[in-house]
Amino acid sequence: MNWITNYVRPTINSLFSRRDVPENLWTKCDECGTMLFHRELSDNLNVCTNCGHHMAITPRARFHSLFDGGIFTEVAVPAPLADPLHFRDQKKYPDRMKAALKSTGEAEAMLVAEGEMGRTPIVAAAQDFSFMGGSMGMYVGNAIIAAAERAVALGRPLILFSAAGGARMQEGILSLMQMPRTTVAVEMLKEAGLPYIVVLTHPTTGGVTASYAMLGDVHIAEPNALICFAGPRVIEQTIREKLPEGFQRAEYLLDHGMLDRVTPRTEMRDELITITRMLMGLTPAVKGDLPAPQDAPAVEPPPADAP
Amino acid sequence: MNYLEFEKPLAEIEGKAEELRALARQNEEMDVEKEAAALDRKAADLLKDLYKDLSAWRKCQVARHPDRPHCKDYIDALFTEYTPLAGDRNFADDHAVMGGLARLDDRPVMVIGHEKGNDTKSRIERNFGMARPEGYRKAIRLMEMADKFNIPVITLVDTPGAFPGKGAEERGQSEAIARSTQKCLEIGVPLISVIIGEGGSGGAVAFATANKVAMLEHSVYSVISPEGCASILWKDAEKMREAAEALRLTAQDLQKLGVIDRIIKEPLGGAQRDSKTAIDNVGQTITALLAELSEQDRTALIQNRRKKFLQMGTKGLAA
Repeated sequence: MNWITNYVRPTINSLFSRRDVPENLWTKCDECGTMLFHRELSDNLNVCTNCGHHMAITPRARFHSLFDGGIFTEVAVPAPLADPLHFRDQKKYPDRMKAALKSTGEAEAMLVAEGEMGRTPIVAAAQDFSFMGGSMGMYVGNAIIAAAERAVALGRPLILFSAAGGARMQEGILSLMQMPRTTVAVEMLKEAGLPYIVVLTHPTTGGVTASYAMLGDVHIAEPNALICFAGPRVIEQTIREKLPEGFQRAEYLLDHGMLDRVTPRTEMRDELITITRMLMGLTPAVKGDLPAPQDAPAVEPPPADAP
Repeated sequence: MNYLEFEKPLAEIEGKAEELRALARQNEEMDVEKEAAALDRKAADLLKDLYKDLSAWRKCQVARHPDRPHCKDYIDALFTEYTPLAGDRNFADDHAVMGGLARLDDRPVMVIGHEKGNDTKSRIERNFGMARPEGYRKAIRLMEMADKFNIPVITLVDTPGAFPGKGAEERGQSEAIARSTQKCLEIGVPLISVIIGEGGSGGAVAFATANKVAMLEHSVYSVISPEGCASILWKDAEKMREAAEALRLTAQDLQKLGVIDRIIKEPLGGAQRDSKTAIDNVGQTITALLAELSEQDRTALIQNRRKKFLQMGTKGLAA
């Protein structure tokens, strides 16, 4: 034992060791257990390259792949009253919010943006399951209303990616009131004659499913996403019997007529472009990765007398 | 008379008074009236005391009281010519939801409400007031009809929540609730909702997205049951008292939050002690609210209803 082993080495180790071996380089697929390299995984939109299992994706990462060149402008969401009920369970609600803010780096559980997707102007909103389970509180309600208002103002379709455990209990009745509030937003789009497309991702449950997530013109789900009103555990406790395999999963809902389509995430963008362009009466899209609108050369319309 | 847990001391006193009187009836020489009357007074004081400031959890218990008047009692007492209309024209008729045409002071109205039942047989038939998708789809159909013929809609809310069952999920429980809420927002006729017992989550919202929402004094309206909330947030279903308090589910708190418009007074000891008075009070409120709303035209009714919900929650517990 000398001062090198006692002092110098630990100091050097503490300076370098953590940075030398980043922890998040590899992610294990929850489904098949394959170790996936982070770059490969994010290139494949967090879908396991081995088994096709869809892992969670943040709204920002999703928008990055959805909008042309990854360019989008965030739509401002009016801030609601913080902690309206002064709610406290084992922790105070503001403390839970702070923790969520810190772990996600996002302001709340929904991100709204406008931009172009395959040269198709859209407004998009995506729910963030990593932020307090994506729960629907006043902010999420405000975000959906802001998204609908923006879509109406610009005359664009709204594409909404849902992901939530349900209502945010810490906002009590005010979270429940987001069911009618977000339905008003859907009504605005309906009256303006604009498409409202819902992409249901894992999981979409409770009050979220029983309001804006089930009121779309088109319902598309990601494979194997859990989509339900009452969760499987609650149902098993109520009816005291085992539920069938795949119950309340996307494919099951498709079979029962609640969805239009089940589409893998990697094909979602193309499909959304195709559907929105048809609903908006636009010409067929040029598919593939398009550069950001600013860098693109203006596309000349073909002359009217072209053969 | 069914006593709630917190009414036990009251049950003892009232029981004693009853016993004394029963004894006196058997034995004519006994004079117990004085003693019994003293017990009555004691019971009356205690009742007043118990109900003076009910905690949120006690209100939940009162709201679920089995003797409390239910939807059917209100319909029988307040309306004439009630003509039930059944079915969703698609799958079935849901007995958890009552609905049909009726007259309120001679004026035709469409009345829709959750019915819990009042004995084992009717409770099972009514599925304890837990509607399935067909119930909401029946309500949608009746609201559409009311809209078409310009008839006001009155909904009576009393449900623990939508039914969590396999078939209900398969037939689109969420979609049915979402569409019912949407229909509430679309109709160009007055829509008045009264929460007469339990306003349980999405199952309640589907009927209560109304121009005016009134609540009985001891009824509750919440995003989740206190037991459910306790088991999720406290990881202990026994913490329902704390959860009930935190959720602010009482009529008094909801009025402060601007979620409901009016509180309807209940007789002392809750609606279950004097159904007639409770039902009368509800009737008067519905009549008054209907008169208020009848001045608005179709567009105003729809626009004001939407505006009300868009503005909701901006105040917090301001009062």
